[in-house]
Amino acid sequence: MTVPKTMVLPAVLLLMAPALASAAEPPALNQANTAWMLISSILVLFMTIPGLALFYGGLVRTKNVLSVLMQCFAITCMVSIVWVLFAYSLAFGDGGANNAWLGGLSKALLAGIGVNTLKGDIPETVFAMFQMTFAIITPALVVGGFAERMKFSAMMLFSLFWLLLAYVPVCHWVWGDGWLQKLGVMDFAGGTVVHVNAGVAALVAALMLGRRKGFPDTAMPPHNLTMTVIGACMLWVGWFGFNAGSALAANGTAGMTMMVTHIGAAAGSLTWMFCEWVRFGKPSVLGIVTGMVAGLGTITPASGFVGPLGALAIGVTAGLACFFATNYMKRKLHVDDSLDVFPVHGVGGIIGTTLTGVFAATTLGGAGFTGDITIGKQVMTQITGVLVTGIWSGIVSFVLLKAIDAIVGLRVTTEQETEGLDTVLHNETGYNL
Amino acid sequence: MKLVTAVIKPSKLDDVRHALSGLGVQGMTVTEVKGFGRQKGHTELYRGAEYVVDFLPKTRIEVAVDSDMVERVIEAITQSAKTGKIGDGKIFVYDLEQVVRIRTGETGPGAL
Repeated sequence: MTVPKTMVLPAVLLLMAPALASAAEPPALNQANTAWMLISSILVLFMTIPGLALFYGGLVRTKNVLSVLMQCFAITCMVSIVWVLFAYSLAFGDGGANNAWLGGLSKALLAGIGVNTLKGDIPETVFAMFQMTFAIITPALVVGGFAERMKFSAMMLFSLFWLLLAYVPVCHWVWGDGWLQKLGVMDFAGGTVVHVNAGVAALVAALMLGRRKGFPDTAMPPHNLTMTVIGACMLWVGWFGFNAGSALAANGTAGMTMMVTHIGAAAGSLTWMFCEWVRFGKPSVLGIVTGMVAGLGTITPASGFVGPLGALAIGVTAGLACFFATNYMKRKLHVDDSLDVFPVHGVGGIIGTTLTGVFAATTLGGAGFTGDITIGKQVMTQITGVLVTGIWSGIVSFVLLKAIDAIVGLRVTTEQETEGLDTVLHNETGYNL
Repeated sequence: MKLVTAVIKPSKLDDVRHALSGLGVQGMTVTEVKGFGRQKGHTELYRGAEYVVDFLPKTRIEVAVDSDMVERVIEAITQSAKTGKIGDGKIFVYDLEQVVRIRTGETGPGAL
C-alpha cells in the first residue's frame, strides 16, 4: 500500500516550517542563555572586586594595602563609565570600512540599545555588561606590575588611555570581527586580549617605573596571605563566569569549558606546589594559589576548544613554566614586577594561546579546527596573535608611560614611598588595631 | 631585693610561670619581644624571593624577688625553660633599689 503523495507533502512542509521561519526572522531571545550570561557577568565583576583586589592587597606591605584596593576599585568605576560612553562601541560596534581595525561610534552612549535589542539570542545590554567586566579586570591586572610606587593620578591616566589604545583595539581585533579573528586566531576567553595584553603592559610599567626602593635586598614579604588566599579563591570561582560565560550560551560548550577550566586550575596549583617542594624544600600557600592563577590564565584561551586531557596538559605546563619564569625574573633578572603579573599572566597567556592550536585538535580530544587546518598551521596563527598583542601592548604602554611621566610624573618620591602610599596618597591607614 | 629578667622560648612560658608560682613568687611581667643570639634567624620564601628573618620571637619575663630567693628563682627558670637546644634564652639579674605598692604606699620587701 502506498501513502498518497498529497498526505506526505504537508507533513514535510510542517517539519520544515521552523527552519524556514528561523532563517527568515532574527533569532528570538533565549532565556536560559540570558540567565547564564547575567550570572556570568556578576561572576566576572566579582573577580576584580573583591577577588583580585584582595589577592593583590594581601601581597603588598601593610602601608600600601589601601592603595591597591583603591586602584582596583577606581579602575572598576572608571572603565565602567568609559565603556558605556564609547569604548564598547569601539570594541564591538560596526566600524564599516575600517572594521578590521576598530569598531565605529554607532553604539556610543549605548545608542540604539534598548530593552528588546538582541546580540545573538541574548539582550545586548547583557552582552555589553559581560564584556565590560573583562574590560575592567584587564587594566586592574596591570596594577600588580607597578604596585607600591606609582602615583594615583598617573595610574588613572595610564589605565584610561591603555584601555582605549591597547585593550579596546585588541579586543576588537580578536572578538569584534577584526583582522585577527578573520585570520583565524582562536582565543576563547582572553589569552591574548586579557592575559598577554595585561602581562606585557605590567612588565613595561615595572621596567619604566624602576624597582621599588630596597628591591631586591630589603624584605618585602606579603603583609596578609590570608587575604591573598581568600582573593585567589574568589578568582577561581569567578573564572567560571569568565571562561564558561564566554560560550555566550548555557550549552554543552559552556559545560565542557567549566570542566576544563577547573582541571587547569587544579593542575596548575599542584604543579607549582610540587615545583616549590622539590626546589626549596617546602610547599607554600602562596605557591599553590599562584599556581592556580597560572593554570587559570593559561587555560583561558583554550577553554572552549580543548578536552579534559588537553586541559590537564595545559595546566601542568602552566605550573612549570610560570614557576620557572617567576623565579628567573626575580632571582636572576631582578625585574621588580611587584606582584609577578608578567611571569604568571603574560607567560601563561603566551603558552595557553599557543597550546590552544595544539590541543584543540580532535585527535587530542579537542573541538577541532575550522576547515582542513592542521595543528602546525593553527599554531603559527596562534603565535601571530600572541606577537601582535604583545608588541602592540608593549608599544602603547611605553609611549603612554613616557607621556604621563612628562605630564604628571609616574612615581611618588622616595620619602613618600618609604612612608607608604596609603597615608601619602589617600590620607588613610588600612589597619588601626 | 633583686630583679630577675629572663628571655625564654615563647613555648616555655607556662612551664616557667608554674615553676615560679610553686616557689611562692607573687607576680611577674611578661612581654613579647624579638631578638637574636646564637640561634640566628630563619629564611622565608615568597614566590622565589628569599628573606632572612634576623629577629626571632621570644618572651621576656621580669620578676622582682627578695634577695634570699634569687638563687631558687634562677634555678626554677633554668629548669623549666630548658629544652637543651640552642635558643633557650638567658637570665639577667639586677640589684633592685626600691619597690612601692601603689595602692597602699608600702615599700621594700613587704611590697613584693
